[in-house]
Amino acid sequence: METRLPPFEPVTPTDQRINYLNARYGLKSWLLTKDHKRIALLYLGSVTLFFILGGMYALAIRLELLTPRGDLVESNTYNKLFTQHGILMVFFFLIPAIPAVLGNFLVPIMIGAKDLAFPKINLLSWYIYMVGGIFTLTALLSGGVDTGWTFYAPYSSTYSNSYVLLAGIGVFINGFSSILTGLNFIVTIHTMRAPGMTWFRLPLFIWSHYATSLIMVLGTPVIAITILLLALERIAHIGIFDPKLGGDPVLFQHLFWFYSHPAVYIMILPSMGVVSELIANFSRKNIFGYSFVAFSSIAIAVFGFLVWGHHMFVSSQSMYAGLVFSFLSFAVAIPSAVKVFNWTATLYQGSISYDTPMLYGLGFIGLFLIGGMTGLFLAAMGLDIHVHDTYFVVAHFHYVMVGGTLMGYLGGLHYWWPKITGRMYPEGWARFAALVVFVGFNLTFFPQFLLGYMGMPRRYHAYSEEFQVLNVMSSAGASILGLGMLIPMIYFVWSMRYGRRASANPWVLPGLEWRTASPPPTENFEVTPVVTWEAYEFAPMEEMQVIGKFEPGDRAAQPAHGENI
Amino acid sequence: MQSWIPFIPESASTTSGQVDALYFYLVGVTAFFTVLISGVLIFFVIRYRRRLAFEIPRPVAGSIKLESLWTVIPFLIAMSMFVWGATVYFTQYSIPKDALEVYVVGKQWMWKVQHTTGQREINELHVPVGRKIKLVMTTEDVIHSFFIPAFRIKSDVVPGRYTYIWFEATKAGRYHLFCAEYCGTNHSGMTGSVVVMEPNEYDDWLSGNANQESPVAAGQRLFTQTLGCASCHKEDGSGGRGPSLLGLMGSEVHLEGGRTLTADESYVRESILNPRAQIVVGFQPIMPTFQGQVSEEQLLQLISYIKSLSPGQSSGIETTAPARSNNPQVGPATPEGQGAGSLEEQRMNPVGATPPRSSSSSSNSSSTGPSGAAPRAASPAPARTNNGNRPR
Repeated sequence: METRLPPFEPVTPTDQRINYLNARYGLKSWLLTKDHKRIALLYLGSVTLFFILGGMYALAIRLELLTPRGDLVESNTYNKLFTQHGILMVFFFLIPAIPAVLGNFLVPIMIGAKDLAFPKINLLSWYIYMVGGIFTLTALLSGGVDTGWTFYAPYSSTYSNSYVLLAGIGVFINGFSSILTGLNFIVTIHTMRAPGMTWFRLPLFIWSHYATSLIMVLGTPVIAITILLLALERIAHIGIFDPKLGGDPVLFQHLFWFYSHPAVYIMILPSMGVVSELIANFSRKNIFGYSFVAFSSIAIAVFGFLVWGHHMFVSSQSMYAGLVFSFLSFAVAIPSAVKVFNWTATLYQGSISYDTPMLYGLGFIGLFLIGGMTGLFLAAMGLDIHVHDTYFVVAHFHYVMVGGTLMGYLGGLHYWWPKITGRMYPEGWARFAALVVFVGFNLTFFPQFLLGYMGMPRRYHAYSEEFQVLNVMSSAGASILGLGMLIPMIYFVWSMRYGRRASANPWVLPGLEWRTASPPPTENFEVTPVVTWEAYEFAPMEEMQVIGKFEPGDRAAQPAHGENI
Repeated sequence: MQSWIPFIPESASTTSGQVDALYFYLVGVTAFFTVLISGVLIFFVIRYRRRLAFEIPRPVAGSIKLESLWTVIPFLIAMSMFVWGATVYFTQYSIPKDALEVYVVGKQWMWKVQHTTGQREINELHVPVGRKIKLVMTTEDVIHSFFIPAFRIKSDVVPGRYTYIWFEATKAGRYHLFCAEYCGTNHSGMTGSVVVMEPNEYDDWLSGNANQESPVAAGQRLFTQTLGCASCHKEDGSGGRGPSLLGLMGSEVHLEGGRTLTADESYVRESILNPRAQIVVGFQPIMPTFQGQVSEEQLLQLISYIKSLSPGQSSGIETTAPARSNNPQVGPATPEGQGAGSLEEQRMNPVGATPPRSSSSSSNSSSTGPSGAAPRAASPAPARTNNGNRPR
């Protein structure tokens, strides 16, 4: 092992340099920006807003479920609470969170490009997202939706008296934002890689975003069509889904899940990309089995399109169709397992730090193990019959979608925070918050697995008394989780002004994003970089440094054990 | 309602044990891999913690051997789960031929049940221990899902089609019945009980509720009088303007356009609601639609009557036969659930409800059936004397 001393030199204030944040000022410079980094920050703000709203709905749900009787809110209100929680969290937080915030910021930088291929389309996609969001928010404010985020017909098309169309239009519009982002990523990754950045030198974050973009571009139009058909039936009474009009309600489920199952991979794949970065970089190792991890992302994206029928084992779909979907669902589990094994093997003989991003990375593996393995319970048809539409399913998809995406998102946000803002977050608080989030999350959702097997159906406003103890545990966990989410929100905002300044490369890592200033200039790199190294190829200190000096606030400038200073 | 194992609901059907066994297998595999991987993870994280600030560990190349190992082993384990899961699924969803039929109609927000012997229930289902029960289910409005946790069974109940599920209870008791598919405002109130009774108690229950019209009798009344089906579909099998329905169920039907299908509940339903979709060879498309004129329950009664015209297609109970005989004490039962506040239902669900049709005032149906079985009322509870096992 080689050991080098960090070259300590006098600090030059970073904010004297021109970067993307201080290049221009004023509202207009933000709202009309074509800079992918500023657009990422626009997304960061709006995604956070929707997350807070969705989180408040979640807390209200958990509060209601403290007691078996539906005594806090009316059942109509409760139905709106879980519906709106689902719609906001799925379509306006989980799907855009990592690709639109971290992906937008980092995809061009990590491949050595100046921007995304279509900067104006990138801005357009944010506006589309906001317009979709406004439609949905209008639906929520003017009375709400009560169909469940799944919009199952014929309830949504004929029976519900709530603002289904308005919310549906919101989701419909929002889909186009997703499509444009995916399109932008695919073209960028194909055409704008820096000299020497071959496909197999790409960081795994890029591979997973490439796979995600494929799903976004191919899958999202289907949900748009589905909502359009739903609107046709609701407005014009054209029989598509409602059997009273000559339609087929199960057709809706096929169309809906054809998108919405791959949508789960839109959420989890970018998160897996982040985790690959965290695990490799914070153990200072090249990832074990790079090409297996890279291609497992593509395999998940492809297989993910073929498993939608596992949501419909009890829907009266043919038993033989169920057989095929069950088989393919087990098959899609394999690439996910391969990733977990490779991450674990990467740690072997590494130099593992316990910085906050790594804690989230390890936390992700823990939650994904449980979330992924319980997916097998649901793929096994005989068992799914019993746990389908119970809290078992609720627990499972929260472990995968929320546990997976949230852990990756928070881990990535901490990891790249010095690059995004040029400031360090407070490490002590951040580690504490990571622990609180992990404990709170498990306390919230683990009891729900048990509830589900005991037979408590989901979307129940009032429930049978024997389910109360576990529900109270879950609600207690939710308050801890809520608190754990509040801490990072506070210190992230705090650190933008008061955090210690970060150097260009505070973690001492080889990736391209660490070879430009923090925060980066508008054009990302002063000179187009030429890539001569493999992904995660750790070099001695002096070669690692490209610009900027270590600053006293950097983690790298503060060795964990003082022995070599 | 707990079993002795914590967090496992009571197990009270012949298949619930199989589901539990599969569950324990998966819990075991999950626990093993979770402990293994997180154990290794924690060991590595401690063992290889960063000791020097700028140390660079030796890079490790991948290993094809390891990669194939951890691709193949999980695949084999996954396949074992797949096969086991599929086996249990086929047991749960393959309806035995000798099961006793019970009709279930879901509706926002209640379960309406009708037994072949005529008993009607709301949000309750009485069944005997040790008897295979087949539920024929549909809904008047949105999708519901019939879920009995203690039996580990569930099936969506889908408007416009019939879904089936079966079970055989092994323990007397009262068990939860839930609607598992979100169906609107009072979804969580769409619950009830399955009451499993010892055979003799069940017989008592049947006889205590005997003075209700059986679905076959009700179906016959609809067929011959209310709807006037019999004017074209002659009950004695002689040529009418419509095809004879004698022996129809389970037989092959040749349609215009060369298609052939086996007549089942869904075919009969479709032919009543949308007659021109499937025209039997040799007949004119002259039948009007009955869409909006028959409720889901009346459809089930018609089907149950038409089924009774096909020997060997009984619903598993001997008392279905008497429908073809004199049925003097048929009351003016409304097709809607009795007395459960039809007006209230209408109010809550203005879109989906079919208005209750008042049944024809003359309730005596003349005996036209070919077989002279005992009148229904004379054998209030023959279910136990004949286990419905008929050779086909």
